[in-house]
Amino acid sequence: MSTAPAIVVEHLRKVYGSGRTEVVAISDASLEIARGEIVGMLGPSGSGKSTILTAMALINPPTSGRVTINGELALEGPHALVDLRAFRRKHLGFVFQKANLIPFLTALENVQIALEVNDLAPRAARKRALELLGYLGVEARAKNLPTALSGGEQQRVAVARALANEPTLILADEPTAALDSTLGRQVMELFARIAHERQAGVLVVTHDHRTLDVFDRILDVEDGMIQERKVHRDSPAGR
Amino acid sequence: MNLAIRDIRHNAGRFAFTTVGIGMLLMIVMGMGGIYRGLIHEATLLVDRVGADLWIVQGRTRGPFAEISRIPGNLEDRARAVPGVAEARRFVSHTIQREREGRPLRMVVQGLSWPEDRGDWVPLVSGRSLTQGHYEMIADDSLDLPLGTKIVLGKNDYEVVGLTRGMVGTGGDGLAFFTVSDAMAIQFDQPGEAIRLERAARRARVEAVDIGRQQPLFLDRAVGLSSGIPAFAKSQVSAVLVSLAPGADLEVVRRTLETWPDITVYSTEEQKNLLLSGMVDKARRQLGLFRALLIVISTIIIALIVYTLTLDKVRDIALLKLIGARNPVIIGLILQQALLMGLAGYALAWWGGQYAFPRFPRLVLISSSDLVSLAVIVVVISILASFLGIWKAMRIEPNTVLAA
Repeated sequence: MSTAPAIVVEHLRKVYGSGRTEVVAISDASLEIARGEIVGMLGPSGSGKSTILTAMALINPPTSGRVTINGELALEGPHALVDLRAFRRKHLGFVFQKANLIPFLTALENVQIALEVNDLAPRAARKRALELLGYLGVEARAKNLPTALSGGEQQRVAVARALANEPTLILADEPTAALDSTLGRQVMELFARIAHERQAGVLVVTHDHRTLDVFDRILDVEDGMIQERKVHRDSPAGR
Repeated sequence: MNLAIRDIRHNAGRFAFTTVGIGMLLMIVMGMGGIYRGLIHEATLLVDRVGADLWIVQGRTRGPFAEISRIPGNLEDRARAVPGVAEARRFVSHTIQREREGRPLRMVVQGLSWPEDRGDWVPLVSGRSLTQGHYEMIADDSLDLPLGTKIVLGKNDYEVVGLTRGMVGTGGDGLAFFTVSDAMAIQFDQPGEAIRLERAARRARVEAVDIGRQQPLFLDRAVGLSSGIPAFAKSQVSAVLVSLAPGADLEVVRRTLETWPDITVYSTEEQKNLLLSGMVDKARRQLGLFRALLIVISTIIIALIVYTLTLDKVRDIALLKLIGARNPVIIGLILQQALLMGLAGYALAWWGGQYAFPRFPRLVLISSSDLVSLAVIVVVISILASFLGIWKAMRIEPNTVLAA
């Protein structure tokens, strides 16, 4: 396994529009997330969190700045230096506020599809998908369609899908927003476990202050700038 | 993993209804082709079956089907005298419409040159061919005249002694075979009053001239049967059909016949071409245009359905792109759905056609080549129809899933 940081973001700047309609979404953001580290990103609405997240996800190229994932420079300003879709397939996992499971696929198939698009043979993909569902405790619901799953189960399946290709970095956008506090905590603890056990970098954008203790580091975003908050004493990093 | 089938399975009801709609549309397209084939079949059926090598018709006409042809019945004897001619038959064909049990009864009256031609060549499904020179008929079952039925045509009763199936004229009306003399009696039937009035008029004309007054015999002939008066034309037939002797050269016989100035000669192939290029051509073009229009409409409908299905999956497609699915996976999803929809519709059209087409009032003839060509057309239009959906899918940004 590579020892390079999961992701390095340098001097990210994102400007929408031009001239009088120009809006600076991110002025100068830099961050680094190591493998095995879970980082929380907090900030008010409109602070630029989502713009930073989408730039890191390689789906919204910045105006300037660099994004390096697993030691490989992927974005330099708006220019892609790699095949972004292939790069996402190989290195990134995503979890969203809603589980965003494909409604016509079962829980198992939702995980399996992520493996198959990465060229794993269907039989092997199925086996691995079952393992992941087992790891997340939803193996028994493998054959159910998303509509038959509870919110927590759906989110676990989404996490299993994000983990499918052993990503270098998992990006989670308010993954507990649609869950009650107990389930939300369970999911956050799950992310921490994944980061530490599977040596993936995990970035969680959240508003949920009750679960901050699971993060190794917390980043505050305000007016397109990132500031690192001091680590909570009881956080895993401080233990 | 086949995403298209899983999506269809998940939305089975909607897919089924959509497919039924497309299937019915394709059934109409299929039926149009079948109606065209049926037209050709019906138009050329008699020409094919009657088994003549040459058709002698009225000079400078394209009769007897494309236009009216009238030639003297005795032309049959002249034709027989030509070297190379084995047989010549009078041919009478005209359409009549009568009332039967309160419903219109249309039939093509076909004269058989009795006694040489008793209708042995007519394919019967039941009964027998003609065995007497008068008052018998062979009817197509589309006329709904069962064996033994007696119908009044003109002044006489005719009994159905044989039944055919699918023997119809160019207009789709069932054929009824009579002897030529019966066919002509039906065609030229005149009420007694009209005959009496005509005789009286003849008498008046003859009595008005010296020869009539001085020659009583002449007067007697003038008021007698019109067929007995040399000055009156002999009965007219539509055509004379010529069959060649074995080994006879068709072109030689034809050249001989063509020296007669009062007739025109056509080969069977030419007679069929006259029918197809004249009577059937406009119908063919009309059906062809209508068919093309329906294919365009089907393409647009499938395209709109596929586009709508794609719109329903915007978030799923965005997610697939986000997790790194290659374009062929997404294109395959849309293309396969369009193809499945088209082919399932086609299968439904074929299946439905098996039940619906035989109930049409005119023959709908679905040929294997038409089925194959329509299948190819369905594949092509399904592919074309999927372009709109694919175009939309390719424009979906992966970050749409975050916005959702």
